[in-house]
Amino acid sequence: MLEIRNLHVNVVGKPILKGLDLTVNAGEVHAIMGPNGAGKSTLGYTLAGRDGYEVTEGSVTYRGKDLLELEPDERAASGVFLAFQYPVEIPGVSNTTFLKSALNSIRKAHGEKELDAMQFLKLIRAKTKELGMTDEMLKRAVNVGFSGGEKKRNEVLQMAVLDPAFCVLDETDSGLDIDALRIVADGVNALRGPDRAILVITHYQRLLDYIVPDKVHVLANGRIARTGDKSLALELEEKGYAEFGVDEAA
Amino acid sequence: MAATLETVEQVRAVTEQKYKYGFFTDIESDTAPKGLSEDTVRFISARKNEPEWLLEWRLKAYRHWLTMEEPNWGKLGYPPIDYQDSYYYSAPKVAAGPKSLDEVDPELLRTYEKLGIPLKEQAILAGVEGAGDSPSIAVDAVFDSVSVATTFKKKLEEKGIIFCPISEAVQTHPELVKKYMGSVVPYSDNFFATLNSAVFTDGSFVYIPKGVRCPMELSTYFRINAKNTGQFERTLIIADEGSYVSYLEGCTAPQRDENQLHAAVVELVTHDDAQIKYSTVQNWYPGDENGKGGIYNFVTKRGACRGKNSKISWTQVETGSAITWKYPSCILQGDNSVGEFYSVAITNNRQQADTGTKMIHIGKNTKSTIVSKGISAGKAQNTYRGLVKIMPKADGARNFTQCDSLLIGDKCGAHTVPYIESRNRSARVEHEATTAKISEDQMFYCQQRGLSSEDAVSLIVNGFCKEVLKELPMEFAVEAQKLVGISLEGSVG
Repeated sequence: MLEIRNLHVNVVGKPILKGLDLTVNAGEVHAIMGPNGAGKSTLGYTLAGRDGYEVTEGSVTYRGKDLLELEPDERAASGVFLAFQYPVEIPGVSNTTFLKSALNSIRKAHGEKELDAMQFLKLIRAKTKELGMTDEMLKRAVNVGFSGGEKKRNEVLQMAVLDPAFCVLDETDSGLDIDALRIVADGVNALRGPDRAILVITHYQRLLDYIVPDKVHVLANGRIARTGDKSLALELEEKGYAEFGVDEAA
Repeated sequence: MAATLETVEQVRAVTEQKYKYGFFTDIESDTAPKGLSEDTVRFISARKNEPEWLLEWRLKAYRHWLTMEEPNWGKLGYPPIDYQDSYYYSAPKVAAGPKSLDEVDPELLRTYEKLGIPLKEQAILAGVEGAGDSPSIAVDAVFDSVSVATTFKKKLEEKGIIFCPISEAVQTHPELVKKYMGSVVPYSDNFFATLNSAVFTDGSFVYIPKGVRCPMELSTYFRINAKNTGQFERTLIIADEGSYVSYLEGCTAPQRDENQLHAAVVELVTHDDAQIKYSTVQNWYPGDENGKGGIYNFVTKRGACRGKNSKISWTQVETGSAITWKYPSCILQGDNSVGEFYSVAITNNRQQADTGTKMIHIGKNTKSTIVSKGISAGKAQNTYRGLVKIMPKADGARNFTQCDSLLIGDKCGAHTVPYIESRNRSARVEHEATTAKISEDQMFYCQQRGLSSEDAVSLIVNGFCKEVLKELPMEFAVEAQKLVGISLEGSVG
């Protein structure tokens, strides 16, 4: 589904990713782990097409297409979803309005009929129920006054509604207590399927107890330093990232 | 919830429209000679078959106007206006006054259709059928300068409500017009109001009798049509004791190459326990990207809360015009009276807006609320200019002002100029102001969820204006949200 070759990315002129290779197939869940400042979030933003993340070399092929050619909204329409580490507040815009606008934009891009108010309401109620959430959150302005846990749950809800093919979860576990973590992980697990690939970016092994990955990669100094299975995460938990030439405290 | 969703959906459906009201209707006009003189004033007055006192009033205004200078304190720049190079009267030719819609020029009706005005009785009735109290709209359609059709007159008459063109009220209710016209905005008030007093052509007149709650939203659509005709509308609304009325004003104008002057006057009067809610969606042609050809809008709107416990509420969504100079104000004379001003002003490209309000607290325990949202994009300049004045006898007066500005891009400007004059120690005046830019984080977040950059701006700006938009009657909310999207098109790369 996704093939990254020799990816080099500069941020404000400074090289962050320096020759990253990664292949993710449909149906797989991959975890990217690594020390702070290794370029984990940069990878997420680059895939989503954020301004200021300058690709200087390499390629990203997504479902046979050159992903880097597309605008951020075109990437979203083609099924790329980024769950933000810090979800953004949009005052005055209700979650329902936001999600309906987003979904209908994507449907329009696919040449599908836009959902009317009733159809959308039905869909979103079903999704909130599936994820064990209340629809109280829907009426509130996007992420405004949300707790850390609510923000992350909201990201998962958006993911469920927009039904993307390729999801990047950027530090979705940060700032969550154990109960919130479980709710969010359950939501993500519910979205696992043969047609969907998920890339979980995390600093800690903890999240991977709940979202069990098929593969674990260590990102250090701008490249994939090591790839293994679930046990690699446990090993990192124990030994830290010292062996990758990075001081954990940094 | 469902209604809100539907609103949003309709908004989405039209955000890609360009200025769709840019068309021109070819109707024979009965036009006064070009230029301004006592003869022009007499011509207009004669055409309207006005009584002597009104002609005298007009002439007094005209003579006073000759001694006045155009104000230049606004943060606005425009070439000098040649007042002699304009026509001051232009009326569609109709043999006698139309008795029904059948008699109205079909060309005119088609224009309204294009504008989406529900003028046809059947269309309006369709909205009313069923629940007797369901909201409906009565339209006093102003085409150029003469009101040609009024609907729902009967239903209003049953309640004793007068809703008609002001030229008609001059004939049928001269005592009311004489008593109230100029009592809030005197003929000598300011350069543009004085000009209006001399040459006003038509407008709406509303009188709500004691204790009557107007059963529908009253609404006027203005439209500048004949070439080079300045628009001098004059509206007078009187709410007698314990009455209530909600009035909607909306405008669109055809695309045009030359600047057009618009200097309206609106006067509101509320007596004891009465309330007027006045809502405007202003969509005059703003000019092209370089500011060429837009409307100049110099408006004087003022309400007098004469009675105790009375209330006047202005809500405006200003998206059009090349120049907007407008300060809907409240004179809070009656004890416990309340004034409100909710405003969204959007400027794009080369548009300039200098708008705000004046709240004059005279009575005891008077309260005012000001919520202003200014949005600037392109090379536009947007100024909030507001005055809160507390007079010595206004014990316990309170004001709350909130001015928020939103900038899109780095070539536009937002300015906040609040004046506060308090002459009473017991008064409480609060002022809050913020200026923000649409953040790159917000844009990226929306785009990552699939919204185009223009849809993202429209969504974020609609959110920013929500406090004001929610004050609009439902009928207007949809149009206003559309306008927010349309007027900011092309504002992001």
